[in-house]
Amino acid sequence: MSDEKPATSSAEIEALHSPARPQHFTTVSGHPIRQLYTAADLVNWEAQRDLGRPGEPPYTRGIHPTMYRGRLWTMRQFAGFGTAEDTNARFRYLLEQGQTGLSVAFDLPTLMGYDSDHPLSQGEVGKCGVAISSLADMEVLFDRIPLAEVTTSMTINSPAAIVWAMYLAVAEKQSADWKLLSGTLQNDILKEYIAQKEYIYPPEPSLRLVIDTFEFGTRHTPRFNPISISGYHIREAGSTAIQELAFTLRDGIEYVERGIRRGLAVDDFAPRLSFFFNAHNDFFEEIAKYRAARRIWQREMRERFGAKNPRSWALRFHAQTAGCSLTAQQPYNNVVRTAIQALAAVMGGTQSLHTNSLDEAWALPTEFAATLALRTQQIIAYESGVTNTADPLGGSYFVEALTNEADHGAREYIRKIDALGGMVAAIERSYPQREIAEASYRYQQAVDRKEKIIVGVNEYVSEGKPLEVLQIDESVALRQQERLRRLRAERSGEEVRRRLDRLMRAAEGAENLMPHLYDAVKAYATLGEICDALRTVFGAYEEVAIT
Amino acid sequence: MSERKIRVLIAKPGLDGHDRGAKIIARALRDAGMEVIYTGLRQTPEMIASAAEQEDVDVIGLSILSGAHNTLCPQLMELLRAKHMDDVTVLVGGIIPEADIPGLKKAGIAEVFLPGTSTQEIVDFVRGHVRTRD
Repeated sequence: MSDEKPATSSAEIEALHSPARPQHFTTVSGHPIRQLYTAADLVNWEAQRDLGRPGEPPYTRGIHPTMYRGRLWTMRQFAGFGTAEDTNARFRYLLEQGQTGLSVAFDLPTLMGYDSDHPLSQGEVGKCGVAISSLADMEVLFDRIPLAEVTTSMTINSPAAIVWAMYLAVAEKQSADWKLLSGTLQNDILKEYIAQKEYIYPPEPSLRLVIDTFEFGTRHTPRFNPISISGYHIREAGSTAIQELAFTLRDGIEYVERGIRRGLAVDDFAPRLSFFFNAHNDFFEEIAKYRAARRIWQREMRERFGAKNPRSWALRFHAQTAGCSLTAQQPYNNVVRTAIQALAAVMGGTQSLHTNSLDEAWALPTEFAATLALRTQQIIAYESGVTNTADPLGGSYFVEALTNEADHGAREYIRKIDALGGMVAAIERSYPQREIAEASYRYQQAVDRKEKIIVGVNEYVSEGKPLEVLQIDESVALRQQERLRRLRAERSGEEVRRRLDRLMRAAEGAENLMPHLYDAVKAYATLGEICDALRTVFGAYEEVAIT
Repeated sequence: MSERKIRVLIAKPGLDGHDRGAKIIARALRDAGMEVIYTGLRQTPEMIASAAEQEDVDVIGLSILSGAHNTLCPQLMELLRAKHMDDVTVLVGGIIPEADIPGLKKAGIAEVFLPGTSTQEIVDFVRGHVRTRD
């Protein structure tokens, strides 16, 4: 039921039925779009060089010759809330519903390296994800889930090496062969300084921990991706599509440089680098972004780093639909947005996908909403027909021209960051942070002026009933505090201290910290204790706040 | 006598680092002619109350997306009362379930702005409800 007054004059009626069209057509990122694209837009473009075939360089058309005919993408729904028991139950439910990979969301204290009973954890325990303070929690999280058979993605960054050590310890308890373990650690600290801001230590020691996981992984877990180089959060912070693309790939370049500096051979670790992009509303812009990402990465890997293994050249990525595009108003509209975004990720050749739930502008998803989000992927996979052929949009004048523009735009940014002395230097000067803040403010102004329409928010507004949302109460914190109290009473405090001391001594030197972290978690040292030990050695990072 | 500019403290309490909204609001209020101080990330209620006192602000804008609002907001209001700063207008923006809004208002939060609010609405609210404290 609309409560608008009925339109009276014919001009008003016409205005209602055909709202004014914009003067300038741009993507959601503000990138200009022309009326028509023809061969004239592709004059410097060569199909053989710039497009190629799926599964072959430059991988514009995808990294597998058969794409989804051979294997569908992994349907990987990010989940985590409350205690380890709560999330374990949701995982087992999602696996029963046909989900093909696990993806763990941790709560903010865990992400920031605080135990559930730390004063700064007040009000945050189990709210944005699952609370994990020690190996004991991790054992419950993966109870009755065989780690050698599932693939697990863990969205954690500053304490990634520690949480990974816990995962490896659970695998060992299950007698799962580490060589068979498959999954992804997010572990992308650079984008934390740029966008999501869940950093603990300064960039240099943080990068050391990242490279420690690369080195450890090449030896012990050949099927595990030690990093997911992420544009997702850069985009959520308000960047344009081209900024997302450029900053993410430049972060990737930084990690490869650091790995090589450590003495690793590029082809020994580059095949296990994975990426993570946003899937936003602007359908063709997003598809062009993924295609350009693959083309740029293979070029950089070959030209900048001299990688010889084609698996080092091929950019594999996970995509998640855009959380920032979801509206609190008329939340059922989010199902439609998510479907369009997911379709873009699939048409752009993603290897794995998370679709957001309709209620996520309000809270973590209910089971109903999370199931509907998974069904959206299944409908695209099995009913839409878009999976029947590889890169169905290849050769479209529009898509190829947009892909070229994304490629050029990103390359310009990458050159700029090279000139600044690399990504760490650029971050210290707030360069990417400022570019993103500018773009985000421009977009908000465009929305406020209705130059960009968001259905249900600044146009087509109507009152709706509030949703039933998932509530996490403070009983989670109490249960966690009790578990920690018991853990601290039952473990050998002396052994914990000894192992933390050894870790700190190693951190003062240059050796790989993974074996020491593994020792510490096995003695049930808590996440907070381990992070504190490293804080003592590494110090804490404070950013220069820009507005 | 020229009127003193409205002074606003934009603060991000809690552990969350998603500062897109906080930065947009800081900039929009500044563009609207107000004096804006942004605290940066991970501020405890104590840090926010003392920054508000030192900066002698008329308004505090809290950005909270993590679900910790029911814990953090009453703590801040308590601290402000102890400092006799109850006349500071405290606004909250972010992801706040509608069911929690009455409780927050009862604790002394002047207004809660949900996702989708335009920056103009917030500017208008501040202009309409806030008198400078001198």
